[in-house]
Amino acid sequence: MISVRGVSKRYRLGSIGMTSLRDELQRLWRRPVRDNLSAREFWALKDVTFDVEQGEVLGLIGRNGAGKSTLLKVLSRITEPSAGEISLRGRVGSLLEVGTGFHPELSGRDNIFLNGAILGMSQAEIRSKFDAIVDFAEVEKFIDTPVKRYSSGMYVRLAFAVAAHLEPEILILDEVLAVGDQQFQEKCLGKMKEISSSTGRTILFVSHQMAAIRRLCKKCIVMSNGINSEVLGVEDAIHRYASHTGESEYEIDLADFPRVGSAEGRVCKITRVNVTSRNLAYGMPLEIKVSVRCVQPVEQAMIGLGFNMLDGPRILTIDSDVNGNVFNLQRGDHVLNIRLDSLPLHPAYYQCSAAVAFGNHFFDIVDKFATWEVGTSRHDCWSDRGAAGCRLPATVSIA
Amino acid sequence: MRTCASAVTKLFAPLNEQCCKHHVSQPALGDSLEANYQILIRPNKAWLTLEWRDLFAYRDLLWQLVLRDFTARFKQTVLGPLWFIINPLITTVVFAVIFGRVMEASPAGIPSLLFFNAGLLAWNYFSGLLSATGNTLHGNVHLFSKVYFPRLIVPIAQVFSNLIGLAVQLFTFGLLVAYVWATDPAFSNLHFGWSLFWIPLLLLHLAILALGCGLLLSAITAKYRDLQNILPFVISSLMFVTPVMWPLATLQAKFPHGYESFMLLNPLISIVEAFRLSLIGVGSFSPGYYAIAVAFSVALLLVGLALFQRTARSFVDQA
Repeated sequence: MISVRGVSKRYRLGSIGMTSLRDELQRLWRRPVRDNLSAREFWALKDVTFDVEQGEVLGLIGRNGAGKSTLLKVLSRITEPSAGEISLRGRVGSLLEVGTGFHPELSGRDNIFLNGAILGMSQAEIRSKFDAIVDFAEVEKFIDTPVKRYSSGMYVRLAFAVAAHLEPEILILDEVLAVGDQQFQEKCLGKMKEISSSTGRTILFVSHQMAAIRRLCKKCIVMSNGINSEVLGVEDAIHRYASHTGESEYEIDLADFPRVGSAEGRVCKITRVNVTSRNLAYGMPLEIKVSVRCVQPVEQAMIGLGFNMLDGPRILTIDSDVNGNVFNLQRGDHVLNIRLDSLPLHPAYYQCSAAVAFGNHFFDIVDKFATWEVGTSRHDCWSDRGAAGCRLPATVSIA
Repeated sequence: MRTCASAVTKLFAPLNEQCCKHHVSQPALGDSLEANYQILIRPNKAWLTLEWRDLFAYRDLLWQLVLRDFTARFKQTVLGPLWFIINPLITTVVFAVIFGRVMEASPAGIPSLLFFNAGLLAWNYFSGLLSATGNTLHGNVHLFSKVYFPRLIVPIAQVFSNLIGLAVQLFTFGLLVAYVWATDPAFSNLHFGWSLFWIPLLLLHLAILALGCGLLLSAITAKYRDLQNILPFVISSLMFVTPVMWPLATLQAKFPHGYESFMLLNPLISIVEAFRLSLIGVGSFSPGYYAIAVAFSVALLLVGLALFQRTARSFVDQA
């Protein structure tokens, strides 16, 4: 279905960003010098080769800058490769962004037709799916309102709905799940699962959300530095991704970590963080030791940890003063133990931040000093169900 | 299984046969139910490639873009499409007063309002199309960097959306004709004949010239962004060397004797003059110079197309 053979993509570092005519003329002038070209080249993709069978849902994972997006751009013909050959059998629909080409002045109805046409649907095709699209997006009432008056949620729902009703044989998806509220994300994920399982469509899916990868894909490729791994099983791929890429050490020296803003630890500084529980997994105990150094006595201090989605919003904050648990520190070095009996985070990657404060006054903030993966819990096989975020127990009674 | 490599259109023979495989070709979307077609993606070194099949497959997008241009332009204005009428009307009156009365550049034998409006009809179509297409690549980078469709669709859509504007302006022209008939007994027998049928061909010629020029500029400004500032300048200078504000004879009189006809090497002059001649019977037509204009326009379109297609294949890398 998809056959990728030796695909490479080269960027010239000099030509990323705009060249002006003056630079070009200067370069022409200096031609005989031939300044070291290879040093200014950057290979975003190096000899990428793999095959995808029909009906397969292939995940593509890797750190930022590993070449995933470049590969998708080449596959969806937005830019051409520098070398190699790709053969795609079937129509290709690619969704690198939701709502591409939406025009704010046009009504929802007009935009469905416009966006559908941009994605490669014919008018007749859109007309036949129009009701389903409006229904899925839940915007019946506003279908004749210009989309500039839509809330961002409605806008994104409409955009995804158009894309979700695209029916190519090959679908290329880039992180589009990161739209809308949790409920809508869930709906999107469900729709994509439905698309992939029912119709034998081939899907290439890039995501940073391991839970989404686990749910949708059976096979994965790990990209790193423009080189692809062989096609792996999902768990193997996620393991490899975690082991040779993004994840930080569990023990991190923060004495020289760059601070942003005014809270830079002049009075009381976080010097070291150490995850002593050695295993971050949903529902398992979390134990973190935070070392602080005080140059003068600090009274009524609190310590807090924050977990963000990768490049995303704060998802969990753990503060010691929630129960009025503040402490006084003498001058010198201290080690504070933070413990949660049960980590409520869904399996995914999170960035961790830490802070020491007195009330609203922050002594020190270390922002996103580490990226850790929270794994699946063996005791709770349902913890993969959500995309990412917190999952807390509720008391349910039947009235 | 159908391989679409045969659908490749190559107008210029590539230098190296081995590395000239067509970049990509995709069959009609939504058109055919057969799933067995193939897209090949390879580095493309050919000088000029046109994705005919893709262009045809995305014809619905062409229509949607024309519709978008038209709706979006007038959705927020109070008078809506009336602006298409008011704008040229005001310009015509201003030209008629300044050039017709003050500078006495208006030719004899035709009401100056009609003379200037006829020139503006042709000029507005050309300049509108040129300014709309001259920034195609850089102006649509947010779109082109996220989704594939034949890039040429966008400038081609402009050819049609500017035609809509022209159609509305023809209405203004009609109003002026009615006004002249009613107020000026000297021209009450002004009538229009078979020569009107040349108008569509002349518009096609204008479109080719504007598109060629626009594609070329678009390819250049995608690479050298600082050059996009010259586009308005190019358009206004072109207006000065085109007989829109003055009759050709006025300028030719200023040329050294014997060299007047060199001016006609400017293809725009040939077209605008022929356009006026067909519409209101005032103007000139010289087959030899017109043939030069046609040859120049076609050549410019081919060069523009080649550069545009070449730049479009990977310009998002730099944007």
